[in-house]
Amino acid sequence: MSEPELREGWIEVELAEEFPELGLDFVHVQARSGRSPFTVRERLRELSDRFTGSKVVHMRQDPVPWAYRVFFRQVGVDPDSDRTPVERIAIERLERGGLRSQNLLGDALVVATVETGVPVIAFDADKVGEHLGLRLSQKGEALDGEGRPLSARQIVVADEDRPLSVLFGEIAEKRGVTRRTSRMVLVALRVKGVPAISVEEALWTASDLLRAHQ
Amino acid sequence: MPDIAAGRTAKPPRAHHVRSPSLLPVPPRTAPDERPARRTMLEQIARLESELSQLFCSTWPRQGFEWSVSSRGGPRVLSLAELEALRDDLADRLSQTRRSLSDRTYVEDQNRRRIETMLLEPDQHKWVRVSNEDIGEPGCRHWHVRPRWGVLGMLMSWWRVRISSGCPLAI
Repeated sequence: MSEPELREGWIEVELAEEFPELGLDFVHVQARSGRSPFTVRERLRELSDRFTGSKVVHMRQDPVPWAYRVFFRQVGVDPDSDRTPVERIAIERLERGGLRSQNLLGDALVVATVETGVPVIAFDADKVGEHLGLRLSQKGEALDGEGRPLSARQIVVADEDRPLSVLFGEIAEKRGVTRRTSRMVLVALRVKGVPAISVEEALWTASDLLRAHQ
Repeated sequence: MPDIAAGRTAKPPRAHHVRSPSLLPVPPRTAPDERPARRTMLEQIARLESELSQLFCSTWPRQGFEWSVSSRGGPRVLSLAELEALRDDLADRLSQTRRSLSDRTYVEDQNRRRIETMLLEPDQHKWVRVSNEDIGEPGCRHWHVRPRWGVLGMLMSWWRVRISSGCPLAI
């Protein structure tokens, strides 16, 4: 099986001027989701054991989770109300007493996010364009072109034709991964303070887990 | 000189009401570049967030602090005015929380001293109870001044500090 190629997404000029170090990296993976095998569930359990209350409290001072908290603030999101992905997973772990397995894709994304602090999302590669990027929504535009209306100038992940998801938010229903998906695109956001290697590591972790269990 | 030939006196020009064309306000041809101001504002927000995170870790395990700074309907690119308002809100939240923590640690310090005096002179602090929470520490331990041997101890003024440790087991 050949190594998937890591690609860099485009960033709209206005966004790039505002956040010069903002980036979007993605990788296409030939894989299906489904029930997680034992080894993945075991890895989740080991990760879950690493979390303690004190570690979760101090997580916001770690460089990568902190960088995403700062970015949340700078784009008008309160990270204490709408948690950053890694903090959301950590809080969930404390509340439930463990990281529960969802499915192979869900678990791969959780493992990648927890191990690197970098949030990763996935789309059905056959339902989105080849060139993904970040831009601001336009007035009157809707998610996926016809879904929920977006407020003007929201930051969205988009392909050449339409917005696919709100950044750190809702993914367009028709563009997400389903049981029929056989090819996915994993997407990670790079913000100021997050080393490029962490973003690559997050994408490789998720894609290796998915490819190893096909 | 007055204009006598015309039969009237010509008014001298009122210099202070006439402006030279070169002094007239010229409309700007380009919008001012907000970028440096925006960049400074973003840096200030990052620094305040860092200080707020440090403070959050310092307050643990104490409860009852307010951390939320209202969302601006993001994720989106905020206007300069919104960035300023956000910066001010973060600074306010930081100073309020620092003040609350300072008040709280003062009381905790008093409680620590109280524990010391309870241990030295239990009969001067009858029935006083101080818990870990009162001194800003995690756990369920508490110091309780109680009479030795119940009623007899009360009558004989035999007081001592009982230190309870550990949280009750979950059912």
